[in-house]
Amino acid sequence: MESDYRVKLEVFEGPLDLLLYLIKKEEVDIYDIPIERITNQYMEYLTIMQMLNLEVAGEFLVMAATLMYIKSRMLLPADQQVIDTEEDEGEDPRWELIRQLVEYKKFKDAALQLSRREEEQSNIFARRGEVGIEVDASKAPLAEVSIFDLINAFNDVLKKATARDDFHEIVEERFTVSDKIEEILYTLRDRTVILFSALFAQATSRAEIVVTFLALLELIRLKRLKVRQDQAFGEIHVIKVA
Amino acid sequence: MTLELKKIIEALLFAAERPLTTKEIRQILAEATDEENPGVAESFRNVREAQVAAALEELKIETDAAQHSFQVVEIAGGWRLVSRAEYAPWLKKLLDEARPHRLSQPSLETLSIIALRQPISRADIAAIRGVEVDGVIKTLLERDLITIVGRSDVPGRPLLYGTTQRFLEHFGLRDVDDMPKAAELRLQAAALKTAEEKVEKTQAGPPVPPENQDERQTTTAPQQD
Repeated sequence: MESDYRVKLEVFEGPLDLLLYLIKKEEVDIYDIPIERITNQYMEYLTIMQMLNLEVAGEFLVMAATLMYIKSRMLLPADQQVIDTEEDEGEDPRWELIRQLVEYKKFKDAALQLSRREEEQSNIFARRGEVGIEVDASKAPLAEVSIFDLINAFNDVLKKATARDDFHEIVEERFTVSDKIEEILYTLRDRTVILFSALFAQATSRAEIVVTFLALLELIRLKRLKVRQDQAFGEIHVIKVA
Repeated sequence: MTLELKKIIEALLFAAERPLTTKEIRQILAEATDEENPGVAESFRNVREAQVAAALEELKIETDAAQHSFQVVEIAGGWRLVSRAEYAPWLKKLLDEARPHRLSQPSLETLSIIALRQPISRADIAAIRGVEVDGVIKTLLERDLITIVGRSDVPGRPLLYGTTQRFLEHFGLRDVDDMPKAAELRLQAAALKTAEEKVEKTQAGPPVPPENQDERQTTTAPQQD
């Protein structure tokens, strides 16, 4: 696949965000994380992010190593484990990670409540002296749908596509992000909304799916399109910005 | 006298372009002069701060009861007259402002951490979030929501950050203790260290969080603070 674009996402989320997302998605108990399952999911996501040429921060890789380490410690019988003299004996290898996740989650909850307060405050006005409002138009986050939701949806599309009979792995045509951008805009010329999955209905190869996805990300960044989800982990709607 | 004091204070709040503290109001009352009616201004010279506070509380109750389109609120350490949310559409049109963009999730998280753990260094913030925070800190500094409040004593003497007055106003908070989850998360650095050490010593079996078991609830259904 030739990429004339290297799509860089402005929203910078990290490994703890991804883990909390997976914990929620898999509906597991944060205090008793099934390490093997979560590690596998985590690695799958990492692979996709790298496949898409997304900038994967070093912290993601460090966390991958940490998860592997914890997993290995939990698999080995106690007498074969190397006892790390710095840690207490008998300590659950997941403890530090869980502590970190629980704390982070609390701050995330606080942030959510702050967000609601921000919303409330935006409807309340007082006498103003100088209006010193800065409009920071350059930072437009993927607020309503997280990057992990998009990757999740992308993964679904990829899985469904590879299951089809007429799906090729060998690239016959060259797809560029620019072309796909034009194509998506053309598809939306008479309509305002389209389902995420519908954008990939005509794709015949993995490369085409990837390039289409990158084009979508770019259009979001350019604020030509926005994405919304009605329910958590539900279908994603792609909406044309007026 | 109480009646008129309330009205004077109401007038002050009406004209002020920022929240006024009870202290400031008391000072205004102590220093204001009225050449045409010297006696009247005189009579408020010795009003105490406690009286101002009481008058403000009464004013707040009365304004709510009379269902005025405005309300008296405590915000950012002071008092202010603000409109009610129902009138937002028309006020937005009138003021025709470009309101600042809503903050992104990473910004809000970083801001929460700083607000609840200040003063705090960049490295400690990053440790909690699990990622670098350089870009976010730059944005928050630019928007005057955080500021540098000092330097740490540890080697390297990194900068410490804290929240600003504007932060309180932006989110409609009275003070930092008014933050969501303040009771749970607002630990001084020293207390946090002690808590960590205590947990490590008593650690055995399945992990139990440092706070009580009820915290388990927060992970499946966020508590309404």
